[in-house]
Amino acid sequence: MSTVEEPIHILWINAGLSCDGDSVSLTAATQPSIEDIVLGALPGLPKVSVHWPLIDFESGPEQGADTFIEWFRKADHGELDPFVLVVEGSIPNEDLITGEGYWCGFGNDPQTHQPVPTSTWLDRLAPKALAVLAAGTCATYGGIHAMAGNPTGAMGVPDYLGWDWKSKAQIPIVCVPGCPVQPDNLSETITYLLYQASGQAPMIPLDEQLRPRWLFEATVHQGCDRAGYYEEGQFTTEYGTPQCLVKLGCWGPVVKCNVPKRGWINGVGGCPNVGGICIACTMPGFPDRFMPFMDEPPGAHVSAAASSVYGAVIRRLRAITARKADIEPHWRRRDGHAPQHAEDSREKVLA
Amino acid sequence: MTTTSEHRETEARGSDSHLLEMSWDPITRIVGSLGVYTKIDWPARRVVECHSTSSIFRGYSIFMKDKDPRDAHFITSRICGICGDNHATCSVYAQNMAYGVKPPHLGEWIINLGEAAEYMFDHNIYQENLVGVDYCEKMVGETNPEVLEQARRTESPNADQHGYRTIGDIMHALNPIEGEFYREALAMSRVTREMFCLMEGRHVHPSTLYPGGVGTVASVQLFTDYLTRLMRYIEFLKRVVPMHDDLFDFFYKALPGYEEVGRRRVLLGCWGSFNDPAHCDFTYRNMADWGRHMFVTPGVIVDGRLVTNDLVDINLGIRILLGSSYYDDWADQPMFVTNDPLGNPVDRHHPWNQHTIPHPGRRDFDDKYSWVMSPRWFDGMDHLPLDTGGGPIARLWSTALSGLVDIGYVRATGSSVQITLPKSATVGERTFEWMIPRWSNALERNRARTYFQAYAAACAVYFVEQALAEVRAGHTRTWEPFDVPQDAVSCGFTEAVRGVLSHHMVIRDGRIANYHPYPPTPWNASVRDVFGTPGPYEDAVQNTPIFEKNPPESFKGIDIMRTVRSFDPCLPCGVHMHTGTGRTLEVLHTPHAFTPAG
Repeated sequence: MSTVEEPIHILWINAGLSCDGDSVSLTAATQPSIEDIVLGALPGLPKVSVHWPLIDFESGPEQGADTFIEWFRKADHGELDPFVLVVEGSIPNEDLITGEGYWCGFGNDPQTHQPVPTSTWLDRLAPKALAVLAAGTCATYGGIHAMAGNPTGAMGVPDYLGWDWKSKAQIPIVCVPGCPVQPDNLSETITYLLYQASGQAPMIPLDEQLRPRWLFEATVHQGCDRAGYYEEGQFTTEYGTPQCLVKLGCWGPVVKCNVPKRGWINGVGGCPNVGGICIACTMPGFPDRFMPFMDEPPGAHVSAAASSVYGAVIRRLRAITARKADIEPHWRRRDGHAPQHAEDSREKVLA
Repeated sequence: MTTTSEHRETEARGSDSHLLEMSWDPITRIVGSLGVYTKIDWPARRVVECHSTSSIFRGYSIFMKDKDPRDAHFITSRICGICGDNHATCSVYAQNMAYGVKPPHLGEWIINLGEAAEYMFDHNIYQENLVGVDYCEKMVGETNPEVLEQARRTESPNADQHGYRTIGDIMHALNPIEGEFYREALAMSRVTREMFCLMEGRHVHPSTLYPGGVGTVASVQLFTDYLTRLMRYIEFLKRVVPMHDDLFDFFYKALPGYEEVGRRRVLLGCWGSFNDPAHCDFTYRNMADWGRHMFVTPGVIVDGRLVTNDLVDINLGIRILLGSSYYDDWADQPMFVTNDPLGNPVDRHHPWNQHTIPHPGRRDFDDKYSWVMSPRWFDGMDHLPLDTGGGPIARLWSTALSGLVDIGYVRATGSSVQITLPKSATVGERTFEWMIPRWSNALERNRARTYFQAYAAACAVYFVEQALAEVRAGHTRTWEPFDVPQDAVSCGFTEAVRGVLSHHMVIRDGRIANYHPYPPTPWNASVRDVFGTPGPYEDAVQNTPIFEKNPPESFKGIDIMRTVRSFDPCLPCGVHMHTGTGRTLEVLHTPHAFTPAG
């Protein structure tokens, strides 16, 4: 482990086909917050130097002082080492353009005075990066902008670089999906990579879709507090009620995401846990495999029907027990000290 | 009659020899990527030419075709990562019109509360953590050291309300990360997002919005959780409003003539915000009426005069022009809508009839140079390049002139808006009055942004009261069922954080046949149209004098950046810029984003 006198640079390209929602989302993180990361508020966190369009101090002109894009050129020239490359937004297929032009650029080429395509930046910087982090479902798997019928041929970073791609430090592409990314999921992954980069953590554990395992192992449904309604066969047919939303379009049972369990921000908010159907925005098949969003998922039909039958019986049995559980033992009343039958004093709640 | 600034005509254009090319690409501390390219008359210290450009195309109108109309709000939310919920809301409004559904009142109050929180969040984080940096100690010290010295000597007139003794102290508190107020504002942006998530599930792409209402479960707890956070925000605002008044007033004094920075002709658009469920039935027929009952009044303002506050007039006046954008015209394509539901003729260049035909090309500032089109508002004579001034200035101006809003906490007088914030934990009731300013310039756009935070918070107090009354009366339904018709034409109007937002939809055979969203940034960041009229950024930057002290080699262009950022650009459709010399820079310090100095 180095003592890391030199900062680890974080170079953030928001100029994929994106909405900047993942950048904005990161400002909501508190575990840790961006201030925590930048100020080194966690023990052992290496010094970082963040080059992030959303809130960067620097914004000088090409011909004057403090040109933001200069950091990316330096990285390309091998003058920044080490750096972690964060990509936000999907990568369009510039080969689809027959003549001149571009779908998507980031900064300009000083020689040609034309925009440098974002894909060109990936070609240049990925081989030099310590790690490449794809933030959001667009950058990871293509997302909304790769929807059927799109004109740009949008794709995720692994589609562009190759799913087996590894950085010069032998780190695979790290994918943190979500639309937008859940704030703490991203800040936690960045933190992990900083610990790994400074030799304090082993290789980040990723699944086959390159997601951090500890964040994306469980399904929405496994962490959803409405799953109890599912088990008891209570499915709502109107939005705005507390029961399970599966019949109204929730894909939670088959979607890998931790939002209902973790909450959206400081434990507040979420999706199906607060009445919003899961549209599967963290998944590689998003959005096409889940539309129309407000229709019941085909697979849910069978399981929900089964649960309706089985759940109705369970619910009736539980109601009996629950009524007993809802009544105090008689000896807590003022007149409760009168002699009672033996079995009454053994009154117990059935599980 | 020129449709741009009156003082352009007086611009003395000599030979180009003394003109300096300066370009910023990408511009930081905004949303999305934007480039501006300027020619500066250095001896005259004035920008004489500007092109704005955006270099990312995604094609929503193309890939939304033939999709289920009920997916529209989920999809269009992804247009923007900071105000996506505004799109979801606007789409839900357009769907409600198409499906003929009117949500329960409580559903409408919940959406209003969510959108109010969005304004509170977004204006706060943008003002303090993005724009505020342009006025912080570090930036002012690097661009106008003499102004910083003066600020340190200048007592804050409202120090008793915000606690910063001098203007220099305010600037110090705004320094990125180290600044106390900078960090406080960032923390507050999280509290307001919690408020938002209570109502709309998650930020920024909502999970609980639907046509017909919301999926949010309405309870006493929901509104109590919101109200307690709202009152903390109100307590915070009672310091912020006087603090920003002090800061912005100081710049007028310290730099005489600063009112010219970012100034352009008063050409403002506001499409109205916060529906009143007592009046809004989402029918096109009644749109003019329920539009006037919105809690932010729609309006088009030209040279200080209210041209209309009728949403039908506003709708019919919208034109999407080309001229400098990478698209083919659609003059030879079929029209979707020849007449609106009231029988009025609809123009071929209206969003209902638009076809988006991308045609990528080389960037050429004398020809086509941006993926942004040129929305204009046709008043019967001119295609006006309306701006939104970032949103708040147009909303306050329009509401003030119409004089229709009166909900106790907010009152429009015809020339001002009075905003009353109730007593909070340690501060008593405060009334702030936003007066129509003398200029549409950078500082007044910023000032309005602060006042509108108070406006949104005051409205939210009223909405919580209305919502709780519904819950206490036992009216807890938040959603109304509907059917999707085979054929429909509809529109949605609201105010995104940054200003005017419209969604136009055509349904055929139960599928989306045409869908065109127009957010504020296409208006503000629009480019030269077929008539050669520049877009608002271009126009505003072209008139900006330079007050910065730095010579060209260390020039930051702070006055230009303050101008651009006053519009709160939001271009999740990219950037680009043109480089003049391609000179390699020697960067002597290690500044960057966001890392503390030293």
